[in-house]
Amino acid sequence: MPVSLLPFEKPVAELEAKLDELRRFSEAQDIDVSAEIQQMEAKIAEMRRRIYAELTPWQIVQVARHPQRPYTRDYLQLWKCDFVELHGDRLYADDAAIVGGLARLNDHPVVIIGTQKGRDTKSNVECNFGCAFPEGYRKALRLMRLADKFGLPIITLIDTPGAYPGVQSEERHIAEAIAVNLREMFRFRVPIVVCVTGEGGSGGALGIGVGDRVIILQYAYYSVISPEGCAAILWKDRTYADRAAQALKLTAPDLLRAGLVDEVIPEPEGGAHRDPAQMADRLKEAILRHLRELEKQTEAERVALRYAKFRRLGVYHEKTEGPASQNMASVRPSS
Amino acid sequence: MPIFRKKQYAVVKVRKRDMPDGLWLKCPACEEVLYKKELESALGVCPHCQYHFQIGRAERIAQLTEPGTFEEWDADLSSVDVLEFAGDSTYVTKLTENIRKTGHREAVTCGRARIGPHAVGFGVMDFAFLGASMGSVVGEKITRLIERSTQGGLPVVLICASGGARMYEGMFSLMQMAKTSAALARHADARLPYIPVLTHPTTAGVMASFATLGDVILAEPGALIGFAGPRVIRETTQQELPEGFQRSEFLLRHGLIDIVVHRRNLKSTLVALLDCLHPVPAPTPEAVVAASA
Ligand SMILES: [Zn+2]
Repeated sequence: MPVSLLPFEKPVAELEAKLDELRRFSEAQDIDVSAEIQQMEAKIAEMRRRIYAELTPWQIVQVARHPQRPYTRDYLQLWKCDFVELHGDRLYADDAAIVGGLARLNDHPVVIIGTQKGRDTKSNVECNFGCAFPEGYRKALRLMRLADKFGLPIITLIDTPGAYPGVQSEERHIAEAIAVNLREMFRFRVPIVVCVTGEGGSGGALGIGVGDRVIILQYAYYSVISPEGCAAILWKDRTYADRAAQALKLTAPDLLRAGLVDEVIPEPEGGAHRDPAQMADRLKEAILRHLRELEKQTEAERVALRYAKFRRLGVYHEKTEGPASQNMASVRPSS
Repeated sequence: MPIFRKKQYAVVKVRKRDMPDGLWLKCPACEEVLYKKELESALGVCPHCQYHFQIGRAERIAQLTEPGTFEEWDADLSSVDVLEFAGDSTYVTKLTENIRKTGHREAVTCGRARIGPHAVGFGVMDFAFLGASMGSVVGEKITRLIERSTQGGLPVVLICASGGARMYEGMFSLMQMAKTSAALARHADARLPYIPVLTHPTTAGVMASFATLGDVILAEPGALIGFAGPRVIRETTQQELPEGFQRSEFLLRHGLIDIVVHRRNLKSTLVALLDCLHPVPAPTPEAVVAASA
């Protein structure tokens, strides 16, 4: 399947069309133009590198939402991790927007839980475009409890626009499902590694987002509100989403600088969708590296450090008896 | 993200024969014109239709705690424009306006107080301050309230309200949900009761964290309570919203909260709950003698 191009990749698209033409010409005329083709390929790669080096926050949001971006099920497949999917929250339903189960990551038994988007209309209807219902969060909680009981590390993969805003969501108490997960994720004794792989959509992302490590892919984003939602409220116009994306400081490097994430995983040239296998390898390497570090801690240390990690997040001014002090989230968290 | 625009209450000056000039307001629910003093003595509840007006922190403290027992904590915390938010109007401007308007530094007031015989950690969120949106200061003050109550062996009573996240603080705003929930886990582990009271409106991140984690959850009548705002739900799903959707009574019917309590019964309800969940130890004979001496 050809990779679909984002609007800002248009110059690359034009060159690629020319390259195709050249190839066809060379075949039809039986003339060797391999040198020209190579040259053009290099030029395309260079151009893509330049474009991706200067992406605006809003363009990064587009990459994070790329329809061919690898999702949880793609990683599970690429990791060849003997994934055994487990279904349902035991209360109401099985939400396809959150996938979870047991797996072996390089022979390391773990529980993996991730949000799942669809690739076409049918699958998107099934999994609600990656927007989970309360039963999705409750399934996640059930599986995390299972992990904690059997001493298995928890890995969560987040790529969701947010929890599903609907009448049924409210009736089945989406707020409670998220809130309880937040509280309980601070209690689990096993290591938790959270990976934001695409869209980190607000409370719906945080609902499986409390962990000992929070890592993020280079072109993923994590935000308290969608840029469009922010634009609609603050600019009274959704078309100001580019400005909102800029203002919200939602990109991976911005989040790292603010101490809100622990590590940014570089993506293949042109985004994770250009080389999902390479992306999967890099992500797995990072997860295993963090798990190795976390397993050196005792359970009590881990729980205390997780509390401390989130406890210090916040920036405010405090007038004290001495000179006024300002709490800043530390730039790099200690491990 | 104040999803809900503040209701515009028509404040009208009316000359009436028997009354001196005074402030009158119109009840937005039944449209009766109310004398402000009368409304105040009715705890901010319309005497005609029982509509619960939003009330300020001083009123809450006066209505629920014993006179002179409220001791404020962390009043010195104030917000910082951490993202240097480049929007239509700046965060600093918004903060300045709201500080001037409310006379408070931020959207929550926390401290220690007594409710009947019970010493408690007590907090009040104030919708008048930037829609009681949750930024770093709101999250920090509530976290400190919970932590200090855990250390001091106190129950927590928190009057909740919120229009949503503090967009101007980006992800720092979101992380307050995690921080407050973490503190509540420890408070719960210490087997101390936590009672949130949901007032109009309590939504979004506050709802998806501490407002929902109570041992007992109370709500004032008619309050809008939910995760997503009704407008967002309507726009996203094109669904017709059911009658009374996301109101206290709707949540009660769906089993999501414990009790809908009229404001006039709020204090006695809190006392009754605390009497069972965290009984005040009976005084020793020596103490009784000392007290009567
Ligand atoms: Zn009325």
